[in-house]
Amino acid sequence: MNANPADRRIGDVILKMENISLTFGGVKALNEISFDVCEHEIRAIIGPNGAGKSSLLNVINGVYHPNEGTITYKGNTRRQMRPHEAASQGIARTFQNIALFKGMTVLDNIMTGRTLKMHAGFLSQCLYYGSARREELEHREKVEQIIDFLQIESIRKTPVGRLAYGLQKRVELGRALAAEPELLLLDEPMAGMNVEEKQDMSRFILDVNDEFGTTIVLIEHDMGVVMDLSDRVVVLDYGRNIGDGTPDEVRGNQAVIDAYLGVAH
Amino acid sequence: MSRPGITKREERALKHPDTGGRGVADTFPALLLHHARLRGEWTAIREKDLGIWQSWSWSQVAEEVRALACGLAAQGFKRGMNLAIIGDNRPRLYWSFAAAQSLGGVPVPLYQDSVAQEMLYVLENAEIEYAIVEDQEQVDKLLEILPQYPKLKHIYYDDPRGLRNYRQPQLMAYDRLREIGLEHHRQHPDLFHGAVAQVRPEDVCVMLYTSGTTGKPKGVCHTHAGFIAAARGDMEFDGFTPDDEVLSYLPMAWVGDHLFSYGQAMVAGFTVNCPESSETVMTDMREIGPTYYFGPPRVFENLLTTVMIRIDDASRVKRHLFHSFMKVARRCGAEIMDGKPVSLSDRLLYWLGDLLIYGPLRNVLGMSRIRVAYTGGAAIGPDLYRFYRSIGINLKQLYGQTETSVYVCKQATGAAKLDSVGRPLPGVEIKIAGNGEVLVKTPGMLKEYYKRPDATAESISPDGYFLTGDAGFLDADGDLKIIDRARDVGKLADGSLFAPQFVENKLKFFPCIKEAVCFGDQREMVCAFINIDMQAVGNWAEKRNLPYSGYIDLAGRPEVYDLIQKCVEQINADLAKEPHLAGSQIRRFLVLHKELDPDEDELTRTRKVRRSFVAQKYAVLVDALFGSKASQFIRTQVRFEDGRTGNIEADVKIRDAATYSAAALRINA
Repeated sequence: MNANPADRRIGDVILKMENISLTFGGVKALNEISFDVCEHEIRAIIGPNGAGKSSLLNVINGVYHPNEGTITYKGNTRRQMRPHEAASQGIARTFQNIALFKGMTVLDNIMTGRTLKMHAGFLSQCLYYGSARREELEHREKVEQIIDFLQIESIRKTPVGRLAYGLQKRVELGRALAAEPELLLLDEPMAGMNVEEKQDMSRFILDVNDEFGTTIVLIEHDMGVVMDLSDRVVVLDYGRNIGDGTPDEVRGNQAVIDAYLGVAH
Repeated sequence: MSRPGITKREERALKHPDTGGRGVADTFPALLLHHARLRGEWTAIREKDLGIWQSWSWSQVAEEVRALACGLAAQGFKRGMNLAIIGDNRPRLYWSFAAAQSLGGVPVPLYQDSVAQEMLYVLENAEIEYAIVEDQEQVDKLLEILPQYPKLKHIYYDDPRGLRNYRQPQLMAYDRLREIGLEHHRQHPDLFHGAVAQVRPEDVCVMLYTSGTTGKPKGVCHTHAGFIAAARGDMEFDGFTPDDEVLSYLPMAWVGDHLFSYGQAMVAGFTVNCPESSETVMTDMREIGPTYYFGPPRVFENLLTTVMIRIDDASRVKRHLFHSFMKVARRCGAEIMDGKPVSLSDRLLYWLGDLLIYGPLRNVLGMSRIRVAYTGGAAIGPDLYRFYRSIGINLKQLYGQTETSVYVCKQATGAAKLDSVGRPLPGVEIKIAGNGEVLVKTPGMLKEYYKRPDATAESISPDGYFLTGDAGFLDADGDLKIIDRARDVGKLADGSLFAPQFVENKLKFFPCIKEAVCFGDQREMVCAFINIDMQAVGNWAEKRNLPYSGYIDLAGRPEVYDLIQKCVEQINADLAKEPHLAGSQIRRFLVLHKELDPDEDELTRTRKVRRSFVAQKYAVLVDALFGSKASQFIRTQVRFEDGRTGNIEADVKIRDAATYSAAALRINA
């Protein structure tokens, strides 16, 4: 936690995607996409609707299996991986449409993010005995640290379904953080938020990156947010990679401007 | 069974814990060490952190304070210096008070929600070089004014979050300061106790800046002797013991919190509980169940508004139960608590109500264990006051100022009256001046205003009385009644009495009214500005499918005006019943297009209305009220939270309200 800020600088490539293609029937969702993510960076994926952004995230955490191409994550090259394998390798994510357990409290929802770190058996968990008890206490402490970090103490015991949308997004981020991920995938973390909520969320994303050194890949439509937050941006359009670079480079890229503003054919 | 290191006198004190260290310890650091010796393992303070209540015993607190004091000493903090303390109620900040005092320095708490420029004045005035603050928010403010005030050399922060990349040489983490202190103590083991022994009762123990209803804030200097005398007087009056529990949630810079969470706690040795955050106070209060509670009327008002909103949302059966039993409570609840004669049927009904409504309600409010609760700082609306007493909460009023350590008058249990603030406390003398102003001589009198001999001379009469600036009188029972600020009490053009605060407080009891400002001095009638309560009125509008886009829109709705008019007319009917106030009935009113805000200087930090400032700022509206217009256009500059300014404009409608017969009769006569 007290690492020198020099350590926080962007490191080596942690995730490399090479020539990824994904088809659904006749639709080419992703077409020979190649890009990489470096350690500790905030990498944005932008593009018009239907450009394949969410599909790309789904490929990274193993929900979709690409038809072609390879993924190299932390030095291991593979084509296919199942979601729980991705999770156990330190990849966590949030969803475009909030996917929380609405009837459960904030605390319990974030606790579910710890599932993979729980080792006690079913029986001892039921009896809340021995190692299960110790484990539960440890996990609770971790979860409380996240609650403190995200400043949601006052809603700790509130069922998620009763919370405002912006707060639900924050809880979802909390659950992803509970897995202590190395790579955090955020699918439109600021969709549907007002300006103040966006500011809060941006602050939290930067803090996560800064405090925990987490690498972050995020999909976002708000260009102001993307340009302010991210170190590098990749631009997709019709499943193709049409631009890649720092926010300034991308902003000046003609193909990107055309994709966003439309072009006469 | 005598314990090592405890004198005979202290052993007596242990058997009679209510002595509050009298004769053993006469300064705050000495009191701290006294409790640490006497009841070292008892809990002194708690804080909810990571969802769990963490406790520190008196001996742990003494060690923490020693470490902090030694750290400050190692950093060059000396006797006679002032230490700024800024943040929410945190144990470490309370310890900072004791640490500064141990070294003969003076703690100066600042309001944590002040903007940077407001802080600048106090820092300059108090010549602050050292500051202990809570977090990044406060650090940012101090860094912002650093170029204007380079004298500030040391800023210590409790919560390091977000501060890792700050490289300013003035900054240091509290943890680091503590380590330095522990090391310094190892090298100089006699330093702390030596310093504490040098603190004298007549030294200044704290400087509290007044909220500045008029002019620049003034630093009120209290001595150890004075503040401890006040706290001890309170303890004896209400019988505080080390078993009492309080929740400290009020700004640390307010004299109320300083007396309640620091002064009285240090004297009586009770437990102070710090909430997890300012948003969790309600939950934390339920978990702790304090036995002693203190809040300005506003806090009680907000609690009641929350309850009323939730009752409105409840099912019909529950609503009916609540309202019918509240009628019973209003009729006889306070009387039963005061032990007055009440008919058997009412007693039975109240007992049933207690089982079904009042008990659960007290529990929801976190007030199940309350032995004594006080309100003060502003006049409380009689209806609000009666509500709490009727559900069995021993809410009493007290009267005092920052300058008198809030030690002037208190209502005794069983002798609480709606319209008085109680009798003078032991050792207090009260005189009423020719103009009706209340003059006070109290053991808790201030020493002086910091560097303001002129103001000190103006406020303390040559024979030693403090001029409170409040108008009031002692009634036949010897109880003090406060009408208003002496300079606010006015006369209408026809010579009848006009007490604006009295009327405003009546208005503010309605859950839908957040703020009210009445005008009428030297005029022929009384008119009012109303601020609606966004939460309550918003809820009300939602229920009626009344669409609105925001505050301005909602405030201008005719339906809302109808709602407010009903409230105003009800107040008029009440006023008509009181002969000397019948002239104060409100003839015309308007609903203001924006909320009055401390950031715009319309309210003080303790949320008192700055009447003359408001009258000046909205002069067009005041003129329109006293004229005959039905609406008035106004453009107002507002400052947003991020510092930008903008204009809001609105066509504010003005309504006439019905006044009642008593007034009509008087005018005809």
